[in-house]
Amino acid sequence: MPPFQTFLEAHRGAVYRFLVGLVGPQDAEDCFQETFLAALRAYPRADGRNLRAWALTIAHRKAMDAHRGRRRRPVPVERVPDAPAPDAPLSDPGLWRDVVALPEGQRAAILLRYVEDLPYRDIGAVLGCTEAAARQRVREGLRALREVVTT
Amino acid sequence: MNIPTPSFERAAAAAADRLSLRASRAGLVDVAVGAVDSPLGTLTVGVTPRGLVRLAYGDEDLVLEDLARRVSPRVLSFPKLVDPVRRQLDRYFAGRLHDFDLPIDWRLTAPGFTRKVLRATARIPFGSLRTYAQMASRAGSPRASRAAGNALGSNPIPIVVPCHRVVHSGGGLGGYTGGLYRKEHLLTLEGVLEDG
Repeated sequence: MPPFQTFLEAHRGAVYRFLVGLVGPQDAEDCFQETFLAALRAYPRADGRNLRAWALTIAHRKAMDAHRGRRRRPVPVERVPDAPAPDAPLSDPGLWRDVVALPEGQRAAILLRYVEDLPYRDIGAVLGCTEAAARQRVREGLRALREVVTT
Repeated sequence: MNIPTPSFERAAAAAADRLSLRASRAGLVDVAVGAVDSPLGTLTVGVTPRGLVRLAYGDEDLVLEDLARRVSPRVLSFPKLVDPVRRQLDRYFAGRLHDFDLPIDWRLTAPGFTRKVLRATARIPFGSLRTYAQMASRAGSPRASRAAGNALGSNPIPIVVPCHRVVHSGGGLGGYTGGLYRKEHLLTLEGVLEDG
Protein backbone atom coordinates (compact mmCIF):
# COMPACT_ATOMS: atom_id res chain seq x y z
CA MET A 1 0.00 0.00 0.00
CA PRO A 2 1.17 3.59 -0.50
CA PRO A 3 3.16 5.30 2.29
CA PHE A 4 0.84 7.09 4.70
CA GLN A 5 2.42 10.39 3.66
CA THR A 6 1.29 9.83 0.07
CA PHE A 7 -2.23 8.89 1.21
CA LEU A 8 -2.34 12.02 3.40
CA GLU A 9 -1.23 14.33 0.58
CA ALA A 10 -3.70 12.77 -1.85
CA HIS A 11 -6.79 13.11 0.37
CA ARG A 12 -6.13 15.87 2.91
CA GLY A 13 -7.77 18.58 0.75
CA ALA A 14 -10.93 16.55 0.16
CA VAL A 15 -11.20 15.60 3.83
CA TYR A 16 -10.70 19.19 4.98
CA ARG A 17 -13.31 20.51 2.54
CA PHE A 18 -15.79 17.80 3.52
CA LEU A 19 -15.28 18.64 7.21
CA VAL A 20 -15.71 22.38 6.67
CA GLY A 21 -19.00 21.56 4.96
CA LEU A 22 -20.06 19.28 7.82
CA VAL A 23 -18.92 21.07 10.98
CA GLY A 24 -17.83 24.54 9.82
CA PRO A 25 -14.36 26.08 9.63
CA GLN A 26 -13.88 26.37 13.42
CA ASP A 27 -14.25 22.67 14.16
CA ALA A 28 -12.82 21.40 10.89
CA GLU A 29 -9.21 21.59 12.10
CA ASP A 30 -9.87 19.43 15.19
CA CYS A 31 -11.89 16.92 13.23
CA PHE A 32 -9.15 16.83 10.59
CA GLN A 33 -6.55 15.93 13.22
CA GLU A 34 -8.80 13.27 14.76
CA THR A 35 -9.57 11.84 11.34
CA PHE A 36 -5.99 11.37 10.25
CA LEU A 37 -4.79 10.17 13.67
CA ALA A 38 -7.46 7.47 13.54
CA ALA A 39 -6.52 6.74 9.93
CA LEU A 40 -2.83 6.42 10.83
CA ARG A 41 -3.69 4.05 13.67
CA ALA A 42 -5.73 1.78 11.42
CA TYR A 43 -3.74 2.32 8.22
CA PRO A 44 -1.95 -1.04 7.91
CA ARG A 45 -5.37 -2.75 8.05
CA ALA A 46 -6.81 -0.57 5.27
CA ASP A 47 -4.79 -2.33 2.57
CA GLY A 48 -6.89 -3.08 -0.48
CA ARG A 49 -9.64 -0.61 0.39
CA ASN A 50 -10.80 2.43 -1.54
CA LEU A 51 -8.65 4.81 0.48
CA ARG A 52 -10.52 7.97 -0.51
CA ALA A 53 -13.88 6.59 0.61
CA TRP A 54 -12.20 5.16 3.70
CA ALA A 55 -10.74 8.56 4.68
CA LEU A 56 -14.12 10.27 4.14
CA THR A 57 -15.84 7.56 6.23
CA ILE A 58 -13.58 8.30 9.18
CA ALA A 59 -14.04 12.06 8.65
CA HIS A 60 -17.82 11.65 8.68
CA ARG A 61 -17.63 9.64 11.92
CA LYS A 62 -15.43 12.29 13.56
CA ALA A 63 -17.82 15.04 12.43
CA MET A 64 -20.72 13.14 14.02
CA ASP A 65 -18.69 12.81 17.24
CA ALA A 66 -18.07 16.56 17.20
CA HIS A 67 -21.78 17.27 16.72
CA ARG A 68 -22.70 15.02 19.64
CA GLY A 69 -19.99 16.57 21.80
CA ARG A 70 -21.20 20.07 21.01
CA ARG A 71 -24.78 19.22 21.92
CA ARG A 72 -23.59 18.24 25.39
CA ARG A 73 -21.53 21.37 25.84
CA PRO A 74 -22.86 24.89 26.21
CA VAL A 75 -22.45 26.62 22.88
CA PRO A 76 -20.79 30.03 22.93
CA VAL A 77 -22.86 32.66 21.18
CA GLU A 78 -19.99 34.10 19.26
CA ARG A 79 -16.82 32.27 18.42
CA VAL A 80 -13.53 33.68 17.33
CA PRO A 81 -12.40 31.78 14.24
CA ASP A 82 -9.32 29.79 15.14
CA ALA A 83 -8.97 27.84 11.93
CA PRO A 84 -6.59 29.09 9.27
CA ALA A 85 -8.30 31.04 6.54
CA PRO A 86 -9.27 28.73 3.69
CA ASP A 87 -7.84 29.43 0.26
CA ALA A 88 -11.20 30.57 -1.03
CA PRO A 89 -13.34 32.01 1.72
CA LEU A 90 -16.53 30.23 2.69
CA SER A 91 -18.32 33.54 2.47
CA ASP A 92 -18.21 32.90 -1.25
CA PRO A 93 -21.88 33.46 -1.95
CA GLY A 94 -24.11 30.95 -3.62
CA LEU A 95 -24.98 27.36 -3.58
CA TRP A 96 -22.15 26.29 -1.25
CA ARG A 97 -23.65 28.30 1.58
CA ASP A 98 -27.09 26.81 0.94
CA VAL A 99 -25.60 23.32 0.99
CA VAL A 100 -23.97 24.00 4.33
CA ALA A 101 -27.37 25.08 5.67
CA LEU A 102 -29.00 21.73 4.80
CA PRO A 103 -29.91 19.21 7.53
CA GLU A 104 -26.91 17.02 8.38
CA GLY A 105 -27.91 13.81 6.59
CA GLN A 106 -28.71 15.53 3.31
CA ARG A 107 -25.73 17.83 3.57
CA ALA A 108 -23.25 14.97 3.89
CA ALA A 109 -24.87 13.16 0.95
CA ILE A 110 -24.85 16.26 -1.27
CA LEU A 111 -21.23 17.07 -0.39
CA LEU A 112 -20.12 13.54 -1.17
CA ARG A 113 -22.01 13.45 -4.45
CA TYR A 114 -21.38 16.90 -5.90
CA VAL A 115 -18.25 18.13 -4.14
CA GLU A 116 -16.28 14.91 -3.66
CA ASP A 117 -17.80 13.30 -6.76
CA LEU A 118 -18.29 9.90 -5.13
CA PRO A 119 -20.46 7.21 -6.72
CA TYR A 120 -23.62 6.29 -4.78
CA ARG A 121 -22.15 2.97 -3.67
CA ASP A 122 -19.28 4.79 -1.91
CA ILE A 123 -21.62 7.44 -0.50
CA GLY A 124 -23.59 4.62 1.12
CA ALA A 125 -20.36 3.18 2.52
CA VAL A 126 -19.30 6.54 3.98
CA LEU A 127 -22.70 7.25 5.53
CA GLY A 128 -23.26 3.69 6.68
CA CYS A 129 -26.40 3.18 4.61
CA THR A 130 -27.42 1.36 1.44
CA GLU A 131 -26.77 2.70 -2.04
CA ALA A 132 -30.54 3.24 -2.43
CA ALA A 133 -30.72 5.20 0.81
CA ALA A 134 -27.77 7.31 -0.33
CA ARG A 135 -29.61 8.12 -3.58
CA GLN A 136 -32.70 9.02 -1.58
CA ARG A 137 -30.76 11.40 0.66
CA VAL A 138 -29.17 13.14 -2.31
CA ARG A 139 -32.59 13.48 -3.93
CA GLU A 140 -34.06 15.00 -0.77
CA GLY A 141 -31.12 17.34 -0.48
CA LEU A 142 -31.56 18.51 -4.06
CA ARG A 143 -35.26 19.11 -3.49
CA ALA A 144 -34.51 21.17 -0.39
CA LEU A 145 -31.86 23.17 -2.26
CA ARG A 146 -34.24 23.86 -5.13
CA GLU A 147 -36.73 25.31 -2.67
CA VAL A 148 -34.11 27.54 -1.08
CA VAL A 149 -32.74 28.71 -4.40
CA THR A 150 -36.11 29.46 -6.00
CA THR A 151 -37.63 31.23 -3.01
CA MET B 1 -25.45 20.61 -10.47
CA ASN B 2 -22.31 22.63 -10.04
CA ILE B 3 -21.46 23.59 -6.48
CA PRO B 4 -18.76 26.26 -6.23
CA THR B 5 -16.22 24.26 -4.25
CA PRO B 6 -13.68 26.19 -2.27
CA SER B 7 -10.18 24.71 -2.25
CA PHE B 8 -8.81 23.87 1.16
CA GLU B 9 -5.46 22.58 0.02
CA ARG B 10 -3.40 25.24 1.82
CA ALA B 11 -5.31 24.91 5.10
CA ALA B 12 -5.18 21.14 4.78
CA ALA B 13 -1.42 21.16 4.16
CA ALA B 14 -0.87 23.28 7.28
CA ALA B 15 -3.11 20.99 9.32
CA ALA B 16 -1.22 17.96 8.00
CA ASP B 17 2.05 19.50 9.20
CA ARG B 18 0.61 19.84 12.69
CA LEU B 19 -0.56 16.24 12.56
CA SER B 20 2.98 14.83 12.59
CA LEU B 21 3.74 16.05 16.11
CA ARG B 22 0.56 14.54 17.58
CA ALA B 23 1.06 11.33 15.64
CA SER B 24 4.62 11.03 16.86
CA ARG B 25 3.61 11.63 20.48
CA ALA B 26 0.96 8.93 20.13
CA GLY B 27 3.66 6.54 18.94
CA LEU B 28 2.01 6.15 15.55
CA VAL B 29 4.92 7.14 13.31
CA ASP B 30 6.90 4.04 12.38
CA VAL B 31 9.18 5.94 9.97
CA ALA B 32 9.68 9.72 10.06
CA VAL B 33 11.16 11.14 6.87
CA GLY B 34 12.73 14.44 6.00
CA ALA B 35 14.90 15.98 3.32
CA VAL B 36 18.44 17.15 3.98
CA ASP B 37 20.24 19.45 1.56
CA SER B 38 23.85 18.53 0.91
CA PRO B 39 26.64 19.26 -1.60
CA LEU B 40 25.74 15.88 -3.11
CA GLY B 41 22.12 16.89 -3.69
CA THR B 42 19.02 16.46 -1.57
CA LEU B 43 19.18 13.44 0.71
CA THR B 44 16.07 11.65 1.94
CA VAL B 45 16.47 10.53 5.53
CA GLY B 46 14.30 7.97 7.33
CA VAL B 47 14.29 7.55 11.11
CA THR B 48 12.49 4.94 13.23
CA PRO B 49 12.15 4.88 17.02
CA ARG B 50 15.28 2.66 16.96
CA GLY B 51 17.42 5.02 14.92
CA LEU B 52 18.54 5.99 11.44
CA VAL B 53 17.16 3.40 9.01
CA ARG B 54 17.64 4.97 5.58
CA LEU B 55 19.63 7.68 3.87
CA ALA B 56 19.09 7.95 0.14
CA TYR B 57 20.24 9.89 -2.85
CA GLY B 58 17.56 10.51 -5.40
CA ASP B 59 13.82 10.36 -5.80
CA GLU B 60 11.93 10.84 -2.55
CA ASP B 61 8.74 9.14 -3.73
CA LEU B 62 10.57 5.92 -4.51
CA VAL B 63 12.34 6.00 -1.15
CA LEU B 64 9.03 6.43 0.69
CA GLU B 65 7.45 3.59 -1.27
CA ASP B 66 10.38 1.35 -0.45
CA LEU B 67 10.16 2.21 3.25
CA ALA B 68 6.41 1.56 3.24
CA ARG B 69 7.01 -1.87 1.75
CA ARG B 70 10.03 -2.90 3.79
CA VAL B 71 9.49 -1.24 7.18
CA SER B 72 5.89 -0.09 7.64
CA PRO B 73 3.27 1.83 5.65
CA ARG B 74 3.09 4.29 8.54
CA VAL B 75 5.65 6.59 6.91
CA LEU B 76 5.11 10.26 7.72
CA SER B 77 7.01 13.38 6.80
CA PHE B 78 8.33 14.85 10.04
CA PRO B 79 11.48 16.95 9.44
CA LYS B 80 11.87 17.70 13.16
CA LEU B 81 12.64 14.07 13.98
CA VAL B 82 15.32 14.12 11.31
CA ASP B 83 17.03 17.21 12.80
CA PRO B 84 19.78 15.32 14.71
CA VAL B 85 20.79 13.54 11.49
CA ARG B 86 20.63 16.82 9.53
CA ARG B 87 22.86 18.61 12.03
CA GLN B 88 25.54 15.92 11.92
CA LEU B 89 25.45 15.72 8.12
CA ASP B 90 25.79 19.51 7.88
CA ARG B 91 28.85 19.43 10.11
CA TYR B 92 30.32 16.46 8.26
CA PHE B 93 30.02 18.20 4.89
CA ALA B 94 31.52 21.35 6.44
CA GLY B 95 34.54 19.26 7.51
CA ARG B 96 33.80 19.78 11.18
CA LEU B 97 32.61 16.29 12.10
CA HIS B 98 34.52 13.06 11.56
CA ASP B 99 32.57 10.47 13.51
CA PHE B 100 28.81 10.23 13.30
CA ASP B 101 27.18 9.56 16.63
CA LEU B 102 23.73 8.32 15.66
CA PRO B 103 21.78 5.22 16.67
CA ILE B 104 21.38 2.94 13.66
CA ASP B 105 18.36 0.78 12.88
CA TRP B 106 19.88 -2.12 10.90
CA ARG B 107 16.62 -3.74 9.86
CA LEU B 108 17.04 -2.96 6.15
CA THR B 109 20.25 -4.97 5.98
CA ALA B 110 19.99 -8.73 5.62
CA PRO B 111 21.12 -10.45 8.82
CA GLY B 112 24.25 -12.53 8.43
CA PHE B 113 27.11 -11.73 6.09
CA THR B 114 25.65 -8.49 4.70
CA ARG B 115 24.99 -7.01 8.10
CA LYS B 116 28.41 -8.07 9.38
CA VAL B 117 30.09 -6.32 6.45
CA LEU B 118 28.10 -3.13 6.97
CA ARG B 119 28.59 -3.10 10.74
CA ALA B 120 32.34 -3.45 10.17
CA THR B 121 32.12 -0.67 7.57
CA ALA B 122 30.50 1.61 10.13
CA ARG B 123 33.72 1.36 12.17
CA ILE B 124 36.13 2.41 9.39
CA PRO B 125 37.62 5.71 10.63
CA PHE B 126 37.23 9.00 8.76
CA GLY B 127 39.85 9.41 6.06
CA SER B 128 40.83 5.72 5.97
CA LEU B 129 40.45 3.20 3.17
CA ARG B 130 39.76 -0.52 3.27
CA THR B 131 39.57 -3.07 0.47
CA TYR B 132 36.64 -5.32 -0.39
CA ALA B 133 38.77 -8.30 0.65
CA GLN B 134 39.47 -6.76 4.05
CA MET B 135 35.76 -6.23 4.64
CA ALA B 136 35.04 -9.82 3.62
CA SER B 137 37.61 -10.97 6.19
CA ARG B 138 36.06 -8.83 8.89
CA ALA B 139 32.75 -10.53 8.18
CA GLY B 140 34.41 -13.92 8.54
CA SER B 141 34.70 -14.92 4.85
CA PRO B 142 38.12 -13.83 3.57
CA ARG B 143 37.51 -15.10 0.02
CA ALA B 144 34.13 -13.43 -0.42
CA SER B 145 35.29 -10.02 -1.59
CA ARG B 146 32.75 -9.98 -4.45
CA ALA B 147 29.94 -10.74 -1.98
CA ALA B 148 31.31 -7.99 0.25
CA GLY B 149 31.02 -5.64 -2.73
CA ASN B 150 27.39 -6.65 -3.15
CA ALA B 151 26.72 -6.13 0.55
CA LEU B 152 28.23 -2.65 0.36
CA GLY B 153 26.19 -1.92 -2.76
CA SER B 154 23.02 -2.65 -0.78
CA ASN B 155 23.99 -0.23 2.01
CA PRO B 156 20.73 1.53 3.03
CA ILE B 157 22.60 4.23 4.97
CA PRO B 158 25.46 5.58 2.81
CA ILE B 159 27.70 8.37 4.16
CA VAL B 160 26.90 7.52 7.80
CA VAL B 161 27.80 3.88 7.16
CA PRO B 162 30.80 4.91 5.07
CA CYS B 163 30.86 2.36 2.26
CA HIS B 164 32.69 5.02 0.21
CA ARG B 165 35.81 4.14 2.24
CA VAL B 166 35.97 0.68 0.68
CA VAL B 167 37.92 0.40 -2.59
CA HIS B 168 39.64 -2.20 -4.80
CA SER B 169 42.96 -3.59 -3.63
CA GLY B 170 44.48 -2.75 -7.06
CA GLY B 171 43.91 0.95 -6.43
CA GLY B 172 40.63 1.40 -8.31
CA LEU B 173 37.83 3.18 -6.50
CA GLY B 174 35.28 0.44 -7.15
CA GLY B 175 31.61 1.27 -7.49
CA TYR B 176 29.15 3.43 -5.60
CA THR B 177 25.36 3.34 -5.49
CA GLY B 178 25.05 7.09 -5.61
CA GLY B 179 27.41 7.36 -8.59
CA LEU B 180 31.21 7.39 -8.61
CA TYR B 181 31.41 11.20 -8.56
CA ARG B 182 29.81 11.14 -5.13
CA LYS B 183 32.34 8.62 -3.84
CA GLU B 184 35.11 10.87 -5.18
CA HIS B 185 33.55 13.91 -3.52
CA LEU B 186 33.35 12.17 -0.13
CA LEU B 187 36.92 10.83 -0.33
CA THR B 188 38.17 14.28 -1.34
CA LEU B 189 36.32 15.82 1.59
CA GLU B 190 38.06 13.31 3.86
CA GLY B 191 41.46 14.18 2.42
CA VAL B 192 42.04 10.77 0.82
CA LEU B 193 41.84 12.01 -2.75
CA GLU B 194 43.50 15.11 -4.14
CA ASP B 195 41.19 17.93 -5.08
CA GLY B 196 40.24 17.85 -8.77
